[in-house]
Amino acid sequence: MEKVKCECGHLNPYGTYLCESCGKPLKEEKGKVANMRYEGVARRSQTYKKSPVDLVWNFFSSVKVGIWIIVLLLVTSSLGTLFPQEMYIPPGENATIYYEQEYGLLGKLYYQLGFHNLYSSWWYMLLIASLGISLVIASLDRFVPLYRALKTQRVSRHEGFLKRQRLFGESNKIDNIDEEIQKAEKLLKEKRYNIRRENGNLLAEKGRFARWGPYVNHVGLIIFLIGGMLRFFPEMYLDEHMWVREGEHEVVSGTNGEYFLRNNDFLIELYDEEDEKYQDALSRADGPVVKTYQTSATLLKRTSDGTVGSETELEEIKDYDIRVNDPLTFEGFSLYQVDFKLNELSEFTFTLESETVDADFSDIEFTVNLNDPQKTFEFDNGYRVEIMEYFPNFIIDDNREPTTINRIPDNPRIIFEVFPPGANEDEGEISLIGIQVNEALNGENDHTIRMTGAEMVDVTGLTIRKDRTLPIISLGGIIFMIGFIQGSYWHHRRIWIQNREGTLLLAGHANKNWQALKNDFQLVSDNTHIPLPLDQTDKDNKGVSQDDDRTK
Amino acid sequence: MIELSSNFMYASFFLYFAATVLFAVSVTGKKFKNKQGLEKNKAGLLGYISSIAAFLAMMTYFTTRWIGVGYAPVSNMFEYTTALGIAINLGFIIIYAIYRNNYLGLFTMPIVMLIVAYASMFPGEVQPLIPALQSHWLTIHVITTVIGQGILAIGFVSGLIYLVKVIDFNKATKKVKGLEFIMYTLLCTLAYVILGFSFGAADYQATFEFVNEQGNEAEINYVFPPIIGPNEGELISEQGINPFIEVPAYIESADLNTVLWSVLGGLVLYLLLRLSLRKPIGGAIQPLLKSVNPQTVDEISYRAIAIGLPIFALGGLIFAMIWAQIAWTRFWGWDPKEVWALITFLFYVVYLHLRLSKGWHGEKSAWLCVIGFALIMFNLIFVNLVIAGLHSYA
Ligand code: HEM
Repeated sequence: MEKVKCECGHLNPYGTYLCESCGKPLKEEKGKVANMRYEGVARRSQTYKKSPVDLVWNFFSSVKVGIWIIVLLLVTSSLGTLFPQEMYIPPGENATIYYEQEYGLLGKLYYQLGFHNLYSSWWYMLLIASLGISLVIASLDRFVPLYRALKTQRVSRHEGFLKRQRLFGESNKIDNIDEEIQKAEKLLKEKRYNIRRENGNLLAEKGRFARWGPYVNHVGLIIFLIGGMLRFFPEMYLDEHMWVREGEHEVVSGTNGEYFLRNNDFLIELYDEEDEKYQDALSRADGPVVKTYQTSATLLKRTSDGTVGSETELEEIKDYDIRVNDPLTFEGFSLYQVDFKLNELSEFTFTLESETVDADFSDIEFTVNLNDPQKTFEFDNGYRVEIMEYFPNFIIDDNREPTTINRIPDNPRIIFEVFPPGANEDEGEISLIGIQVNEALNGENDHTIRMTGAEMVDVTGLTIRKDRTLPIISLGGIIFMIGFIQGSYWHHRRIWIQNREGTLLLAGHANKNWQALKNDFQLVSDNTHIPLPLDQTDKDNKGVSQDDDRTK
Repeated sequence: MIELSSNFMYASFFLYFAATVLFAVSVTGKKFKNKQGLEKNKAGLLGYISSIAAFLAMMTYFTTRWIGVGYAPVSNMFEYTTALGIAINLGFIIIYAIYRNNYLGLFTMPIVMLIVAYASMFPGEVQPLIPALQSHWLTIHVITTVIGQGILAIGFVSGLIYLVKVIDFNKATKKVKGLEFIMYTLLCTLAYVILGFSFGAADYQATFEFVNEQGNEAEINYVFPPIIGPNEGELISEQGINPFIEVPAYIESADLNTVLWSVLGGLVLYLLLRLSLRKPIGGAIQPLLKSVNPQTVDEISYRAIAIGLPIFALGGLIFAMIWAQIAWTRFWGWDPKEVWALITFLFYVVYLHLRLSKGWHGEKSAWLCVIGFALIMFNLIFVNLVIAGLHSYA
């Protein structure tokens, strides 16, 4: 498309309606006041409206569309808080029935519509994606031309431009116009305006950089959204869980078996019920209130001697007290205190006795480590005890077979086989032993295994987290805040004062907060002979302040 | 220390009251001019000074309580709501410095009083903090958020002034009803505070034995006379009456009873005012506002939101994420409280973008400011007390 040449000599892109350089209106427009939206520059979305690319571009560059996207996000987000999301329902509950059972028909509907996982649903993702696209396109569509126009603007503006500003005034009764402009310049300089002069004309401008605020904050948001998206790529994000028993160490998953964590001690501290300070609140609380959860841990690293099959050597890297709000971090990993289990069974101690056999059993005492039981126990007097089967978490399954739910010794049962001296392989006495359980399995037994002790440990539950998107997300957040503040705590104002053959022309424009601009004019007119400009929208606006319409 | 801090709170009440009166004088009093033609009516300035003094008194409350309890006093409903009152006061101080609008003071001061009074209805005891809440980031997050909300609230006050100024109260339009509803909710809060104080002063307490949701026997305390009773409740205290209605166990009967008292109390207050004024309350206030420039209050409300929203975003979203990353292992978890902070933010973002277009200035924009504040209050009260997520205070 051909460019438009203004009478001042500037070549404007096709579609411009106020000359970028002198401001002369290049198109007829209704109304007294020029549409200063984006300085009257040509924007792609306003100029090209035919090809499919144009249509998509124009759709996403529209603020109306942008607003709709945000409103949809806002409304759908609120629906997701009606009932808890799936991740917040009590552990072990089945979502398929939980929602209906707890919340009735509405709950069932909630589940069927997928609202129990709303924030990861495809259509919520789609909304966020459209928000991102809209941000990019709307910003590009406006930023480039606006930047050009603000950069190429001249001090001397066309009369038609000044007359059609919202704040406009003129006077031909001033004797020495140049002197008055000089005085105004001084006043405005004190108000920290940037002043440019050209042929006796003046342009005072302040806070132009605030115009870039929205673009900076939109860029920050885009970076933030990209950061959020990266989480779904491998290696970027890790969310694992580990349980470590006191005195033991476990591998930190995600570290390729390189790091281990030892739990030296787990501790819970409660608030003291006697403490006068908290007495009122504690008496109101349902139970004791926890003051601290803490795992005293040691981080271990495998030393790389590399020989296969050799005993792994672990080197202590650091000691750390992991607490809620105080994770242990190393090499991008963080270990968080999130869970615990007190008094998990760890060891049983047994003795053997008999009412019928006359033998010395006083030396027979053995300990079964419930997490890693030894298979056979042999004794000096010739006795032998074997573990035939071990169920750490015993249950009778649907086929009425004994089995174990998992490897955690919550309900341990052991099937022992006792061999008296000289007994054959098939002559063992078999019994099933657990807490308050002691059953002979193959008829009457001559010997009884008696449990004499049980050891317990505390187990700490830690979350292992690695999130490589954090730097990107933080960068986005910082840029967003900078732009947000830049665009909100400053605003762009301009004052033009020109001497046109003995007539003083005066105009002002702000893209918001007109009151502040008017105050500046007041200051000038109080201290010079320059008149106050009139607000050309005063008559026909009914108490509505009019900024430029930047939505179209 | 804690007692000392409450004394400063009482002192601030008188200062708020003084500020309200002074601002009222400044907008109704005659515009005396002295010989030089300068305005002699200094009431506005005095009101401003008084509001600053009230702010300082409240800050003293805040600091002494901080020292007394050993953590930032923003950890339960009483403390947080009080902090909101202080923050609205702060927002006013900032915005008044820019616009010097006395009407803003006249409307803001009573609202601050109402909020602080409302806060004091919650138990003010010292809270033992659970581990997740023992964090500097939490302190920074909450304080920044409340400052942001306080400034945003000025947008609401200014929007309210705009609406009372421009709405035509001669016809019973939707707008009139909407505005009267706002007045009515303010009156309900007032009724709640008055009733709460009165029953509190009389040491009223009724205790019931009832069957709770789990089907167990439990006890429940009422501080208002029980109109609504608990499931299979049986009065076991001396005070108290037999309730008229009994509600199922899954409803918090004592809370519902309190809400009922407030709603009825508000109704009584509203009807009394309505009958003695013989017109809508907004309509009765309107003449006071005859020299309000709507364009200015419109700009004030926008300005308050433009100043408050970045602070709210910083505190309510960014610092919140930092805290969440440290305390809950992830910076965002779609917990109801988080989601509602996001919704509040997005709502104001919509407001800012709508204001980019001409048709959304003035009245529509003022309504949006009202809705925005309603969202903030919803967040504070409903989300905290009813939905309650990880942050739950109660
Ligand atoms: C959550 C998402 C968004 C946030 C936080 C945001 C934030 C902002 C802020 C703070 C401003 C400055 C407003 C003012 O100064 O009054 C702004 C302006 C603007 N926004 Fe957004 N925005 C978002 C999404 C969008 C979208 C989706 C569009 C797409 C149409 C958009 C288009 C614009 C435009 C055109 C401006 C005016 C730019 C100018 O003044 O030159 N924004 N935005």
